[in-house]
Amino acid sequence: MSTLSIKRISATASPAPGIRSTPEYAKLVDISSCIGCKGCEVACKEWNDLKVEPTANFGSYQSHKDLSAHTWLLMRFDEVEMSGRVQWLIKKDACLHCEDPGCLSACPAPGAIVQYENGIVDINHEHCIGCQFCVTGCPFDIPRFDKETKKVYKCNMCVDRVEAGLEPACVKTCPTHAISWGSKEDMLSLAEHKVDLLKDRGFENPVTYNPAGVGGTHMMYVVPHGNHLADYRLPANPTASPLPLTGLGVLKRIGAYLLGVGVLSSLVHYLTIGPQAAEDLHPHDH
Amino acid sequence: MTNHWKDIKNADVVLVMGANPAENHPCGFKWALEARNTRRAQLVTIDPRFTRTSAVADEHLQIRPGSDIALLGGLVRYILTNNLHHADYVRAHTNASFIIGERFSFEDGLFSGFDEATSQYDASTWEYDRAPDGYVRRDVTLEHPRSVFQLLKQHYDRYTPERVAQITGCSEEDFLRIAKIVCSTGTADRVGTIMYAVGWTMHTVGTQIIRTAAIVQLLLGNIGRPGGGINALRGHANVQGATDHAIVAGILPGYLRVPQPSQTSLASHLEASTPQPLVRDTANYWGNYPKFFVSQLKAWFGDRAQPDNEFGYHYLGKMEEDATWLSIWDQAHQGKLEGFIALGFNSLLAGPNVSRLLEAMAKLKWKVVIDPFMMDSAEFWKAPGMKPSEIDTEVLYLPTTHWIERDGSFTNSGRWAQWKEKAIDAPIGVRSDTWILSELFWRVKELYIAEGGAYDEPIQSLTWNYLNPREPTMTELAQEINGSDLTSGRRLSSFGELKEDGSTASGNWLYSGSYPEAGNQMARRATEDPTGLGMHHGWAWSWPLNRRVLYNRASADQDGAPWDGTRSGIAWNGREWIGDVPDYGRTTPPGAMGAFIMTEEGVARLFSPLLKDGPIPEHYEPVESPTVNVLHERVPINPVLRWYDGIRETLAQENDRHAYPYPCTIYRVVEREHFVTSNVPYLVEAMPDFFVEVPEGLAAEKGIENGGQVRVWSRRGEVQGTAIVTKRIGPLTVNGRTVWTIGVPVHWGFVGITQGSMANELTPFIGDANTGCPEFKAFLVNVEAVEKRG
Repeated sequence: MSTLSIKRISATASPAPGIRSTPEYAKLVDISSCIGCKGCEVACKEWNDLKVEPTANFGSYQSHKDLSAHTWLLMRFDEVEMSGRVQWLIKKDACLHCEDPGCLSACPAPGAIVQYENGIVDINHEHCIGCQFCVTGCPFDIPRFDKETKKVYKCNMCVDRVEAGLEPACVKTCPTHAISWGSKEDMLSLAEHKVDLLKDRGFENPVTYNPAGVGGTHMMYVVPHGNHLADYRLPANPTASPLPLTGLGVLKRIGAYLLGVGVLSSLVHYLTIGPQAAEDLHPHDH
Repeated sequence: MTNHWKDIKNADVVLVMGANPAENHPCGFKWALEARNTRRAQLVTIDPRFTRTSAVADEHLQIRPGSDIALLGGLVRYILTNNLHHADYVRAHTNASFIIGERFSFEDGLFSGFDEATSQYDASTWEYDRAPDGYVRRDVTLEHPRSVFQLLKQHYDRYTPERVAQITGCSEEDFLRIAKIVCSTGTADRVGTIMYAVGWTMHTVGTQIIRTAAIVQLLLGNIGRPGGGINALRGHANVQGATDHAIVAGILPGYLRVPQPSQTSLASHLEASTPQPLVRDTANYWGNYPKFFVSQLKAWFGDRAQPDNEFGYHYLGKMEEDATWLSIWDQAHQGKLEGFIALGFNSLLAGPNVSRLLEAMAKLKWKVVIDPFMMDSAEFWKAPGMKPSEIDTEVLYLPTTHWIERDGSFTNSGRWAQWKEKAIDAPIGVRSDTWILSELFWRVKELYIAEGGAYDEPIQSLTWNYLNPREPTMTELAQEINGSDLTSGRRLSSFGELKEDGSTASGNWLYSGSYPEAGNQMARRATEDPTGLGMHHGWAWSWPLNRRVLYNRASADQDGAPWDGTRSGIAWNGREWIGDVPDYGRTTPPGAMGAFIMTEEGVARLFSPLLKDGPIPEHYEPVESPTVNVLHERVPINPVLRWYDGIRETLAQENDRHAYPYPCTIYRVVEREHFVTSNVPYLVEAMPDFFVEVPEGLAAEKGIENGGQVRVWSRRGEVQGTAIVTKRIGPLTVNGRTVWTIGVPVHWGFVGITQGSMANELTPFIGDANTGCPEFKAFLVNVEAVEKRG
């Protein structure tokens, strides 16, 4: 990760902009081509070495009731009726990697959440203090706290694979090419094409889900029935700064101060030497 | 498949019926979505349940399990009454114009020739009308009342939309909406494909369901064309290869026939197995049967196969009792089977009526299970309810390599034989299948040598020429299957080189050309696609002769011009055929012979006298059905089924319908692969428990809660699991009555990371009239909520 340019760091002034042009990536999930095979769900667990959780059927094809610290990607299955016809809505639920990440804004621990120039939002567990503000700050209800490690976990877009020039494991695994990977620009135009195709197939309200309230996302969806976002468990107008947390900006400065000189000194180092020194923030990630 | 996986992308209409490829063939299914996304193809599912395939389809039609022929027969009628058939194709490439003999009839559910005493047909009453020259009479106007075309019209005239709705349970309007889409491809510029799987084969009328689909596709002119075909989606990665190499009872490798007791000489076997041409202009390729058969005997018995011993013909068993799945277990149940070797499958969970199978297994003296994993069938004596102290069966478990631990070939559904490399080493102490089988052979042979014994000739004469005779390599086997010229030792490049004089050998004529002198064609990985249709002739190798679409001569009209130039299978350019590997001589001009070179008719059979249960498919109810057969109450079910002793008593009787009111069907889920994945933690996590799918309306009626426990029972056994209460199965109105369908997955047993009920506790011990394939897909059950224990 050390070679990735950083865009934002939690509880820290933004780093000086780099001079390299960094491609901004995005993942596009075409719900109309997803068969719910859970290949992505299993690939995510395998690549990230996430432990097997005991599950039990609860009256659904869905494996787990919810995301967890050990399940960063969950295929959700919902049956709904639309205009008298049954629809089986199958949605890949995982971090959307917002352009304006609510988790990062809410995080009081310096360096615990970073956003890379390529769009990936990642939690750096070395610096996570387990306060769970990110959980509250996320408009999509994605990050999950682990009681054992007292840290928060979520999809990191397989940042290690991306850094090595590979696509995330879920993309690689998808047998129907329902998940695409590429530059944000390309994915937006692919999404537009897919939406047109759905209109052509008679869908009345297909949309690209790339909500403006969070500055857009780096996992986007093509939603066949865009007028039923709630049925897909997608908030219609998510925002990065929910009202109850407006006072957080001040709090997190204090929190950062209380974290001690060690962190501060690396922060000073970072601010004076530049992004390259961000390595120091990720000693375990080489 | 007549076509192949990638070819699905060339279709305008994709009908998925009797299959659930999103669930069971997710990788191949991408090509259906490709057709949908790039050609605007319409994707239609017809199924008892709204499946994961339906979730991405354009249309879904729910029908009752076991009513497939009624539905498809309704399509045939819809095509014929609305004149939607591809008239030029039907005239040129099918037996529509053939005249059937006067003895043929169909009345009140029975075809002519039915013998009440034996419950079998005399198929001679279905024969063609022959002219004095011995060839079949034809009427190209298709007007003759006994022409196949008119007989079809007459037969399916009863399958009106009203009748279809009455039998299948769907509404007339829904049927007509779907029929309009599916039957829209009977023109030169449109093509439709059908994807099916064991949702069709696992019925007492399984073969006839597929025949009905073939009739639909032939009338629409969709066979032989890119984007068309009848495409069987095979189960595991190599089921096609296993079938080609005779995993099915009654055939030898390459679909040659197992000798019958009456065939007391090689000559009589060859005579009975080699068809004679029925028309003047047919290639009648099966006329080469003797070359294939003798070459196979040479591959097996080598120098011990000589003209003076009929090439070792007498070393082959002559099968008196059929060896289908049910017959084997019936023999065991009667205590007539001493031992059983199971290799590559879970023989307990994969069969119908598990309780009966357990009784049968407990009567064996010994059972050998050869498998990478310890499994239920090796531990059948531990099954719930069994008393190990009362079972004398000795069970031997031999751990063997998983396919990922050895090289070899997979033949996929599209007939592409693809060579693969071993990915990881086998655990220490685990032996390959080839080692185990070779050792078995050698130790039996050594016993014969040491002690002598009855009928040792076949074993003593078997050819076993391998560098390491205790463990042949896959390459050696592949080369032996390909075959060679025994005079020069040169490996053959095509089955066209096979001879019946004993100068060639080939383990399986169909695979001749897969491993010629030029090297292993199955290992080729060229990705070029000059056809633009996904044929990829340089990628792996497909039988026969690297042909990618079977019957591709029918992709062109009588003059050899493709029906659709944008999707040309093969085309005649005045000198030769270009495109796919033609199933016609490369330089044989278009009019020389019929397009369907494998039939003695030279054309495709709309009417086929070759099956046991009739030349035209007819709807019969499953042996357990919630309704009378409204077409003919006196003949409700397939009249020529084989009934094993004691089986009628294990079925819900007609007057039992109130006790077992719900049709039930069983199936797999994508997270699991049959039973082997019960050993894979991530996959068990993804789909942990046995469940039962219960329609929402029925659940309300029965007080069944989503996520609660339910019990499902048939006349044969019961299962219990978590209810998935679903909107995806609706009520059907069958013959005026509301009918609810129950669904049960198969992947659970009493061995594995999680245990669960065995779906086959419920299923009936009865099979298809032609193949013996059990009727897993349609039977009757009852269901109730279970109070939570503890």
